[in-house]
Amino acid sequence: MDQKYTKTQLWFLVILRVAIGWHFLYEGIIKLMNPNWSSVGYLMDSRGWFSGLFHAIAGNTGLLEIIDFLNIWGLILIGLALLLGLFTRIAYYGGIALLAMYYLSHPPFINAVYAIPAEGTYMLINKNLIELLTLIVLLVFPTSKIIGLDRFISKKRVDG
Amino acid sequence: MEKNQQKNEKPKNKLNRRELLKGMATVPVLGAFAFGVWRKKKLDHYRSHQLSRELNMSSTPEGEPKKIWDGEPLRLGIIGFGIRGKQLMKAAGFAMPSQVQNWKDSADQNSNDRRYTEFKEQDDLNIIVNGVCDLFTKRNDEAASAAANINREGLKGSYGRMPKIYTNYRDLIRADDIDAVIIAAPDHWHTKIAIDAARAGKHVYVEKGLTRLPEEVFAIRDVIKDTGVVFQLGHQGRQTDSYIKAAEAVEKGLLGDINLIEVTTNRNSPNGAWVYDIDPEGTPETIDWKQFEEPCESKHAFSPERFFRWRCWWDYGTGLSGDLLTHEYDAVNQIVKMGIPETAVSSGGVYFYEKPEHFVNEVREVPDVWNATFEYPEKNFALLYSATLANNRDRGKVIMGHDGHMELGNNLSIYACRESTRYRDKIRSGLIDPDTPIYSYIPGRKDVDAIASPTEQYFAGRGLLYTYRGGRRVDTTHLHIAEWVQAIRDNRQPSCDIDQAFDEGITAAMATISYKEGRKITWDREKEEIS
Repeated sequence: MDQKYTKTQLWFLVILRVAIGWHFLYEGIIKLMNPNWSSVGYLMDSRGWFSGLFHAIAGNTGLLEIIDFLNIWGLILIGLALLLGLFTRIAYYGGIALLAMYYLSHPPFINAVYAIPAEGTYMLINKNLIELLTLIVLLVFPTSKIIGLDRFISKKRVDG
Repeated sequence: MEKNQQKNEKPKNKLNRRELLKGMATVPVLGAFAFGVWRKKKLDHYRSHQLSRELNMSSTPEGEPKKIWDGEPLRLGIIGFGIRGKQLMKAAGFAMPSQVQNWKDSADQNSNDRRYTEFKEQDDLNIIVNGVCDLFTKRNDEAASAAANINREGLKGSYGRMPKIYTNYRDLIRADDIDAVIIAAPDHWHTKIAIDAARAGKHVYVEKGLTRLPEEVFAIRDVIKDTGVVFQLGHQGRQTDSYIKAAEAVEKGLLGDINLIEVTTNRNSPNGAWVYDIDPEGTPETIDWKQFEEPCESKHAFSPERFFRWRCWWDYGTGLSGDLLTHEYDAVNQIVKMGIPETAVSSGGVYFYEKPEHFVNEVREVPDVWNATFEYPEKNFALLYSATLANNRDRGKVIMGHDGHMELGNNLSIYACRESTRYRDKIRSGLIDPDTPIYSYIPGRKDVDAIASPTEQYFAGRGLLYTYRGGRRVDTTHLHIAEWVQAIRDNRQPSCDIDQAFDEGITAAMATISYKEGRKITWDREKEEIS
């Protein structure tokens, strides 16, 4: 183990990891279960520097299907990985990439108004960015080799 | 670990269990998660199933219109090539090369601009345009260029044969090489042209409002019925999927007894108020003014203002009544099938466009704020139309019944009323929430579902889903013309036939007379008389 945590530190890091995993998994599963779900509305709602790219994806039916598929399964796999503590390193990177994409498609500039989130407006910092930063924190304070299935993998490697 | 083992000398199996526990510590969370999802799915399914059973709405989305366009091409003549004439020609598959070029250039600049792609992808209705007619020479040339643009190309394309240009519609409808006409001339010409065309055996598509005067409504109906030509009035709302679904909901009594219907027009731009640009090329030399005012009782000196903004004067149109009330009325008539009201009262005025900056020489006559009330005592409800041309807050279209109300647009949402008799138990038990729709219909969704998320509703309401799902936008005007063309081929009448047109025409005429004479107007159904 290259990390030394107190018990409390370890527990709350694991709880945080599981909570974010739960959130990712739910976002993926709920989209998978709704045959009508498509990212098209979300993409069309995009503003800011990269909106052209996101609108182009929404306008291209073939590409849109691929993006929807990758998004749904990306969310599910990342969610499972964080929850179970398996292959968490790659899952953190994937999660950070997805959240960066959500953030950039709907940058919370002052005066930018979106359909989502419906709860109000933010100033530069929104929930996507906070979740993204949390993933970075979890990435630099790994726990899955202590509590998680990664323990067996790293163990094997050491044992082998 | 090895160190630990040596130190504590603990049995290996216990250590393995510790290892296992640590590695698998979070796995039970997955079980909790699965249980939560299962519960939610079950609840959603129960709600949706119970509601569907209660509402009994059909689940098949409306299919695409029939697409059999083989055989001989339909030979078309177009009369009137102003703003609406251009839109109708485009919907029939013909646009000016200069316009197509504009769409194309604009699409090159902005990939979100899909007008060019959509026009190219629009169904070919197997039509040829053999004759065009307008009273302004410039528009005649434009119409001819659109008619010849058979490959839907921009500038420097390869075009087809030029159609014949007519300066008098009478010559166009006499031509042997024309089967049907689209009439997009100003309202004061509708009846005359439609009647002459029908008598000449040409099928007729006429833009709304049907007529300017009540007596014309009777005249046009008699001739269309006599001649048996295929007739369609230009209410493209007939093609709106959600209206078709709404009609089913009303028929199945989802709203209970209807008591009030509210429809509105909300615009706030000079164009929306018919204060269009005046083309400087429109001069006494290029415009046949004498022919323009031929059907009018009172004659005026040449006036480009009147020619280009004709909807603002009673000599040529009926303002909000024929132009915009008719759309709303026809939408409701399609859903509720209420026909002509027993009485009509209307009032309003020119409240915004009375200022000198809004006109050149001629003062606008038709109101820009106008409200009309129609009573249906036999059916126990009233229809309320309210319009302003100086504010565009969307007040929507609402049909209200004792058990619920429906909000109509591109989407359809039905809500249960908190005090409803029919839904009382289900509201009490929590199955129905009066603040969320008990039924939503969003065109373009793969299937119909009783429960749609607020987000989906929101996007669809803005036309986002409607526009891009399946990669194709549906232009209702195109569908409306396509339906008429198909009806001609099948030798039957389309959805907005002369009976529907008669209802619309009489209702609008009653409201117009009420405004002009300042009194309540009554319709005698038996005698078919307005008094």
